[in-house]
Amino acid sequence: MKHTNFNHIKGWLYLLPALLFLAAFMVYPLIDVFIYSFEEGYNSASQTYFGVGAYNYSYVLHDPYFLQAVKNTFILVVITVPLSTAIALLISVGLNSIKPLRELFQTIYFLPYVTNTLAVGLVFMILFKKTAYSDGFINLIIRWFGGNSVDFIDGPYWAKMFVLCFYTIWVVMPFKILILTSALSSVNPDYYSAAKVDGTSRFRTFMRITLPMISPMIFYLVITGFIGAFKAYSDVVALFGTDLNAAEMNTIVGYVYDMLYGDSGGYPSYAAAAAILLFAIVLTITCINLLASSKKGH
Amino acid sequence: MEVILQNLTKRYPNRNKKIHEDIIAVNDFTFEIPDGKLIGLLGPSGCGKSTTLNLISGLQKPTSGKIFFGKDDVTGLPPESRGIGLVFQNYALYPHLTVKQNILFPLENLKGKDKLSKAEMQKKAAKAAKLVQIQELMDRKPGELSGGQQQRVAIARALVKMPKVLLLDEPLSNLDARLRLQTREEIRRIQRETGITTIFVTHDQEEAMSISDMIVVMNAGVVMQTGNPQEVYDNPANLFVARFLGTPPVNVFHGTVKNQSLYIGEEAVMKLMPDSVSKPVQNSPEASGGVSVHKASRISDGTEVYVAVRPEGFIPDENGPLTCRLSGVEVMGRDISVVSANSASLAPKIRSIISTEHKVNPADPFVRFSLRPGKVFLFDKETQERIRFQALEL
Repeated sequence: MKHTNFNHIKGWLYLLPALLFLAAFMVYPLIDVFIYSFEEGYNSASQTYFGVGAYNYSYVLHDPYFLQAVKNTFILVVITVPLSTAIALLISVGLNSIKPLRELFQTIYFLPYVTNTLAVGLVFMILFKKTAYSDGFINLIIRWFGGNSVDFIDGPYWAKMFVLCFYTIWVVMPFKILILTSALSSVNPDYYSAAKVDGTSRFRTFMRITLPMISPMIFYLVITGFIGAFKAYSDVVALFGTDLNAAEMNTIVGYVYDMLYGDSGGYPSYAAAAAILLFAIVLTITCINLLASSKKGH
Repeated sequence: MEVILQNLTKRYPNRNKKIHEDIIAVNDFTFEIPDGKLIGLLGPSGCGKSTTLNLISGLQKPTSGKIFFGKDDVTGLPPESRGIGLVFQNYALYPHLTVKQNILFPLENLKGKDKLSKAEMQKKAAKAAKLVQIQELMDRKPGELSGGQQQRVAIARALVKMPKVLLLDEPLSNLDARLRLQTREEIRRIQRETGITTIFVTHDQEEAMSISDMIVVMNAGVVMQTGNPQEVYDNPANLFVARFLGTPPVNVFHGTVKNQSLYIGEEAVMKLMPDSVSKPVQNSPEASGGVSVHKASRISDGTEVYVAVRPEGFIPDENGPLTCRLSGVEVMGRDISVVSANSASLAPKIRSIISTEHKVNPADPFVRFSLRPGKVFLFDKETQERIRFQALEL
């Protein structure tokens, strides 16, 4: 009895540094943000506030900029997560079925992962942006095919959203391909031999054997993909600059940032409320995802 | 369905790129497997037995040679068109499907005129399940089954289409000792009930001997000997087969044939019939019976040979001609195992099994044996082929 007690204490002792760190840098700020979000008119310099209530939430939820940011974020999430996962799956299956040059292709597909977001944004700007001197590479191609050039960076909303989605998919793809190729190659080849002996068509083998076998990894990618896309910000800045509200391209995280540092001094209470709202959205979606995966997975 | 293998050869390019010579996994394999029999492909690991099985299944293509199922040449056919059932060493049951779905899986693939109605599929699956006695497990997932149960499911899945040939790759290697005994009898029973020609691969000679109608002993891609298990055991064609079959294994000695006697070391252990000792002139692979068709030539006086004696070939005898240093006596109830040593023996220990009627005093420094002629085999020192002889009855 005494011995087990001692072991308990020892266990907690080993955990202590991590627990302290987590408490100081994760739990405390989280609670703090939660409190701020209910303190109306909080001023970080004087550390004063007028009252306690839900006004911050009401303000944020009625702010057209926030609603725009929510809309943008949802469009981004709904388009990029399924598309990037599906394309990554296609490429991984392709990579898995070729033998020569597989490693070369794997390296090429992984390159975007090790490239800086802002640098990639710059490249995309060059590809898509219309300036006084040039229309950008993409417009050049569009005109070759007889279309009209579009300003993707300062032009219509759908064009900007297209660039953002395209860019996001391009950036998140390598990690997904990496995970999926390793998931695919970890499937025991005997299953495929067994399916072959039974005369299973390739499509059926993929649907009935490969997909269920790698489904835990696909769910993992979808969940992390949702979370990542909800937190999009730096990509948007890289493409459209810092004045995102004017560009109608703001995201929820961008809105939080603007509220914190915008207009010299900012509105930490509104930022806190928006951050808590984002947290609630991500939490809900993740719970739904986990529920779905635990029902479907094997 | 009989299965005929004609000069079957499989070469792989060497992994080590510095060596340009191919690896020959199966070399000129010719054999006819009679219809409705249970055949054991037996050999040490790396001898090409699994490759042979894969060639028959169609998962691998032979470099040369032909495979016939009955009169049909199936060499160029893909696995699904051959009408085979294959049970993998690790069973390869789909973990996300229930036992029933696993068994139904091959049926659901059928297309065109072979397509079955739902009811027919259920009926066939139920029949296969009944055959291997897993009716009550149909709604479980493979992960919830024991190794033996998984094995049965795998056999049911392979049998559900009623294949012409059933192939089993090391079917018992993943089971514990007791289950292994039980399962091998199961395999025998299922094969008898269905009458499907069944070929299984194993490295365990006991397993192969106990249930096979015929065994094929392979080594280094070459068929060493084929025949019914007792025949092969009693009449090994070469030293490899003699050593590979039997537990405990044969005891091999350096010996000499001179003065119409067989000598082990300095001791004349057996009188030989005059002019009875002969060795094969040639033993081509076509002599697939292994022992039947070679011509013989006499061997000269003083020829050195390997003498292989089965453990049951030793009889303790106070006046016996073979003297060994006694190092231990193990009583096993049914019989006694005597461990001894002799300077002419290749292995440091000689293990002999004697009946309990004989008494060996463990305290004695020496034990003397006489040998049963039928349990003694001679082999050529160079070719390791069998040398025939007849003992002179005393």
